Amino acid sequence: MNLDSLSGQLIVVEGADGSGRSTQINLLRNWLERRGFPTVNVGLKRSMLVSRELEAAMQGNILGTRTLSLFYATDFADQLENRILPALRAGFIVLADRYIYTLMARAIVRGIEPDWIQEVYSIALVPDAVFYIAVTPEILVERNLRKHAVLDYWESGMDMDRSTNMYDSFIPYQKKIQRQFRQMQKVYAFETVNGNRTPRAIQKDLQAKIESILNGKMAAAVETPTEIEQRERMFA
Amino acid sequence: MAQNNGVPGKLIAVEGLDGSGKSTQIYLLKRWLELEGYKIFFTEWNSSSIVKRATRKGKKRQLLTPTTFSMIHCTDFADRYERQILPLLHAGYIVLADRYVYTAFARDVVRGCERDWIRKLYSYARPPDITFFFNVPLKVALARILDGRTGLKYHEAGMDMGYSTDIYESFRIFQGKIHQEYRRIAHEYNFVRIDATQPPDVQQSKVREFVESAIDLPRFRCREIPFPEPS
Repeated sequence: MNLDSLSGQLIVVEGADGSGRSTQINLLRNWLERRGFPTVNVGLKRSMLVSRELEAAMQGNILGTRTLSLFYATDFADQLENRILPALRAGFIVLADRYIYTLMARAIVRGIEPDWIQEVYSIALVPDAVFYIAVTPEILVERNLRKHAVLDYWESGMDMDRSTNMYDSFIPYQKKIQRQFRQMQKVYAFETVNGNRTPRAIQKDLQAKIESILNGKMAAAVETPTEIEQRERMFA
Repeated sequence: MAQNNGVPGKLIAVEGLDGSGKSTQIYLLKRWLELEGYKIFFTEWNSSSIVKRATRKGKKRQLLTPTTFSMIHCTDFADRYERQILPLLHAGYIVLADRYVYTAFARDVVRGCERDWIRKLYSYARPPDITFFFNVPLKVALARILDGRTGLKYHEAGMDMGYSTDIYESFRIFQGKIHQEYRRIAHEYNFVRIDATQPPDVQQSKVREFVESAIDLPRFRCREIPFPEPS
């Protein structure tokens, strides 16, 4: 694959349910589109190929860990090839609501071999930026309950270690996931963003960081005087 | 691949091209073992009920790339492996598999997947105790396939690979490449080669002879001999 032909940007926002991830992505999308950058949104379990089957299987809770991991990986691969790469080739900004990191963390805490899952996801494109919104698990619980009044079965790790209630399962599970993210931070270059703040504060932070990436990319391209003028106007 | 230690069951796999007669042979093996009263389980490629819909959809709408084609088959395999094959091996069954990971090793590589990646993808699966490879000249396999069929299926013929606009020519080229790949890995994975040009009953007696010598069959007797059911 000729990586030079990918003129768009792949920006990943990671974080648990309740971290404010989706809110941030929506805000980013509005901000970018207002500035004239076309965007595409991708996320887990959204592929045309397997998303429905994966959702159905998860409802029934009949999948083994290996199978679940591969189902997600297939979903990812389908989106990578059919949505992410074409968008990047067309110069779009791809906003990814979660990426391979959540998938790897989920698999590893369930006992899947780290080197295996890494090899599976070796097909993934390296993003231009990864922002991991870290929130303390206790706050996550509050936010999740406020949203839905129930905790999500899978996000509580209930398939792993059945407890008498999801709350008792949720916090240790999220802590395990966060531990994985801290490990991954050492290997993959991502920015951990403090999520225990207002959405506005977090967004400001993200915009500043993305701004510098966009500036960098644009400066690298050879621009005509008209293009330079246009760009300066855009960023004014 | 995962080491073969500690499970009371035995895994027997058959591999070969479409039209090699392997499915007939494993069927005969299955019938012999079950009629003799052994605990057996049969599984075939691409049969997971959970993944089936997605695979069919993918093929029908031509949504599959070499990577996703490979991954969806690996997901199907993982499901059968986790829910059926492995538990039954632990339960002391003889598991018969019509196609195993080597089908993916051969086909997916021909489709363009990296050899190392594919092997790593399936590395969780234990190697079979016996892998029979039904060796047949390409011409014979093709003739058998085309003989009994009204037509070839798109992906089976490798039409997505662009070898030819003629489906028969495409099939010939595709299967030829798979054949080559099988032969490359036959030695590495200790395939037991059976000459598939011989009459079926001759092949079957060789298969049974090998199974008897490699596996201590009496250990796998059912406690209760199953009443013969109409098949």
